[in-house]
Amino acid sequence: MRDTFVATTTALLDEDPRTALVLADISADAFAPALRRHPDRALNVGIREQLMVGVGGGLALTGMRPYLHSYAPFLIDRAYEQIKLDLGHQDAGAVLVSIGASYDAAAAGYTHQSPGDVALLDTLDGWTVQVPGHRDEVPAMLREAARHDDRVYIRLSAQENDRAHPDGGRLRVLRRGGPLVLAVGPMLDAVLAATRGMDVTVAYTNTPRPLDVEGLRLLTEAEVIVVEPYLAGTSARLVGEALSGVPHRALHLGVARTEIRDYGTWHDHARAHGVDAAGLRRSIADFLGEGGPLAQEHLA
Amino acid sequence: MTVTTLRRLTGDEKHAPSAHSTLDVLRVLYERVLRISPSTVDAPDRDRFLLSKGHGPAAYYAVLADRGFIPDDWLDRMGQWHSPLGTHPDRVLIPGVEVGTGSLGHGLGLAVGVALGLRAQGFARTRTFVLLGDAELDEGSNHEAIAYAAAIRLPLTAIVIDNRSATHGWPGGIPARFPNWSVALVDGHDHDEIERGLLARGDRPHLVVATVEPKGA
Repeated sequence: MRDTFVATTTALLDEDPRTALVLADISADAFAPALRRHPDRALNVGIREQLMVGVGGGLALTGMRPYLHSYAPFLIDRAYEQIKLDLGHQDAGAVLVSIGASYDAAAAGYTHQSPGDVALLDTLDGWTVQVPGHRDEVPAMLREAARHDDRVYIRLSAQENDRAHPDGGRLRVLRRGGPLVLAVGPMLDAVLAATRGMDVTVAYTNTPRPLDVEGLRLLTEAEVIVVEPYLAGTSARLVGEALSGVPHRALHLGVARTEIRDYGTWHDHARAHGVDAAGLRRSIADFLGEGGPLAQEHLA
Repeated sequence: MTVTTLRRLTGDEKHAPSAHSTLDVLRVLYERVLRISPSTVDAPDRDRFLLSKGHGPAAYYAVLADRGFIPDDWLDRMGQWHSPLGTHPDRVLIPGVEVGTGSLGHGLGLAVGVALGLRAQGFARTRTFVLLGDAELDEGSNHEAIAYAAAIRLPLTAIVIDNRSATHGWPGGIPARFPNWSVALVDGHDHDEIERGLLARGDRPHLVVATVEPKGA
């Protein structure tokens, strides 16, 4: 996904004089040709994330369209007040593109992890959040974002699904059945594997903000399970609002709040958080209960 | 005349010293330096002035009213419900205000972005000014902007009002915190000195330290 991001953003800088790129050293090598070709609009401010967001706000105030990029914990967590004030409060926009989603950097430890990025942006108004599940979903997101001035966060990940679903803005149904299981971005393959043989509906979105509440209402009968690649329950408020007045049960799965003080790979962390296919299957089956959707499989 | 206007602004006396300390610099900016008027508040090539020191904006509002950016009668209702003037300025509500500030340490970073955006779009004559307080320099975010602007020789002008309000002071003086910037030290009440300091232009970022009486003096 990172390579796709670099290629598409480099092309955008070549094509559209309104676009700008601001880096804080992360990915500067990959963007070397762009930095060389567009010294006025492709900028590397050094390891200064607060300044990176401030510069983005200033560029936007002069009518430009800035793309800001770093590791998620530095881009979102560290510069949170700049995001709130230098963009939101100024009524200015930018495209924030992160890498290192949640526990991608498992071996690096918690300093390089940000499972709370989307929850942080949920405290602010007017952010579109895009969580591609495949590298081929990335270019259209970047190009669409160049056409307006809104605030957009694109969360790239080392985790990917086998197949791209570029039209994943609205809830896209991949399997029809009973209770709804909503998979966000790179959680789709694990969800499909976890629910194999279960009588459930599986839907996908790569644009969790704004959440497709209309789709959610249409697809939810009495039970909904949300599987997100960031903090468990990040979407609980929106799901609750979408289904308020409708009797329902909800289960929210994702990254736990407890810090895992262990290294390994993202697969190890997914297992530890119970969001690998086996962990998801246990949680979903528990929630739906015996005699529920698994009954047919047990009989067979 | 502006001093009279200033007296109309009430309700934020806590910040009066910091507000009044900026009055002379703001008057010189708006009366002698900035290429901006009420009819050019949206012109892409207008000069930009960013008030980073957004607390205590009474002097700022008074000057904006005197120069015709906002109606005089706005001044009587600062901080009240449905007043466009808060005890911190909001760019969305006030014509001519470039940034909404109040939380310290945001103006200089934004000003760097503004100066870069103007340069990228070829507005070579357009200047960017940002005004900070000396205590505000304690915020680390400023130091990111100070070092980067020097490294890329970005033409913008930072004005620091020095009323010696930083808790631990600045050994070596404020210019020592701005390596590789050009510097003008001026009397913060002498309009001609302030003007000369502000008009200086070079091939690097420029600092004007406007010294006023110590806070609480």
